[in-house]
Amino acid sequence: MIVRFFNTLGGATLSFFQYLGEVVVLAADTFRSIFMHKLRWKLFLNQVVEIGLLSQLVVVITGGFTGAVFAAQAYFQFNKLGIGSGVGAVVSVSLCRELGPVLTALMVTGRVGAAMSAEIGTMKVTEQIDALRALAVYPVDYLVVPRALAMMLSMPLLVAECIGFGMVAGYFVAVQLLEIDGAYYVANMVRWTQMRDLIIGLTKGFCFALLIVFISCHKGLTAREGAVGVGRATTEAVVNSSLAILICNFFLTMFLNIIFPAGYQ
Amino acid sequence: MVAVRGLEKRIGRQEILRSVDLDVAVGETLAIIGRSGAGKSVLLKHLIGLMRPDTGEIWIEGQNIIGMSERALATIRQKIGILFQGAALFDSMTVEENIAFPLREAGERNPKALRDKVSEMLEVVELEGQEKKMPVSLSGGMKKRVGLARSIIRRPSCILYDEPTSGLDPVVSDSINRLICRLQQRFGVTSIVVTHDMKSAFHVADHIAYLHEGRIYFHGTPVDLQQSSDPLLQDFLLGRSEEQGKVES
Repeated sequence: MIVRFFNTLGGATLSFFQYLGEVVVLAADTFRSIFMHKLRWKLFLNQVVEIGLLSQLVVVITGGFTGAVFAAQAYFQFNKLGIGSGVGAVVSVSLCRELGPVLTALMVTGRVGAAMSAEIGTMKVTEQIDALRALAVYPVDYLVVPRALAMMLSMPLLVAECIGFGMVAGYFVAVQLLEIDGAYYVANMVRWTQMRDLIIGLTKGFCFALLIVFISCHKGLTAREGAVGVGRATTEAVVNSSLAILICNFFLTMFLNIIFPAGYQ
Repeated sequence: MVAVRGLEKRIGRQEILRSVDLDVAVGETLAIIGRSGAGKSVLLKHLIGLMRPDTGEIWIEGQNIIGMSERALATIRQKIGILFQGAALFDSMTVEENIAFPLREAGERNPKALRDKVSEMLEVVELEGQEKKMPVSLSGGMKKRVGLARSIIRRPSCILYDEPTSGLDPVVSDSINRLICRLQQRFGVTSIVVTHDMKSAFHVADHIAYLHEGRIYFHGTPVDLQQSSDPLLQDFLLGRSEEQGKVES
């Protein structure tokens, strides 16, 4: 009983570290490829459209409604204390530091990470990746590099867009619907929101882009057993990416707060 | 051209290949036959480096490809074309884009040169005028022809065929067999055909190797195979199951 327990625990631990190792090797291979082999610009631009351009509606809606609801909730509490005009500062700092990057990353994981994993997984089980290899094309160069570059470019921009629309929606709700004085709202927001808050958001967006692309591509490249395997790879890509984003967000927050401390200085 | 020495492969607990030795001369067409699950496709994938053996050597034009990195294998793979069992066409590309893919990847950017080359290949595989179709709208036989056109566009010196006639009706199978023979005559390529279709094997092959339980059990000419009195070979040639063989004896 005890031996079986430790066997299971040991097996799971080894599998986890093997998985981590495989993702890191894929990332290293991709960066080596970016710097040492030819880039396929057309594929890169296609991915920028797929990831960056076509994710905008989702990101705008996510940012807008998050900003709106956050402004309303903050107002309901702050107004009791007579500091309703402080809502702008709370909304903008929260969006820049946490809500913008995390919610954008989760939405992009659902929309783009799942598609990446399913597309590459289908290519794997229908021998299209073997066909690439047989035609002397290295799959990482052709499939992963354009997606990784497009994600690294698109994610910080999407995070900025999410933050921007969140701030606008928060202003609209607070000033137009809840009748906070607009001048005080904006003054507090500008006073308490620093460039470092935005830098933290964009840095997190870039880090989350790497997590999503490598986890999703790895799941696609290792998909097995036909349609069931592709479905499983897609689900695991979304779940693993989401968990990795939430876990890494904590460590990034602690680390970035050392470099860019929160609060008015 | 191709030499295999002591090739062994185990997947999980199952021994797929057990010390396989094989030689294929330049310009020769070898058919590798055997029952389903005998390891034919696994052997074929080893020849182009898509699978790595546990032990053994594979020599392609004097170079041992075992131990080569994936990138180093690219130069070897440019000399070898492969037709996959399901054709493995890129489903997001048209027929024209699929066939032109190897040339684009090799750096050819001139649209007219690419179009001309694609038209020439489509003529070779008798699929003129199908350039704009997507793979999903092609029949099984057409997919195999497009896959073949894609694999020969860079004029490889060796072509590997993985079950080229499986899933096709007898008429289309015959046309594929004729196409294999025509390619051999026109381009003088070395061909290795994995099949369990005996009609196809006798039609295209100069030599036949019978793979049984991971070993080359027989290697000879089609005439040698037909004249063999070995019960295992006879059972396979006549399509006789073990149960039927016992009843008859």
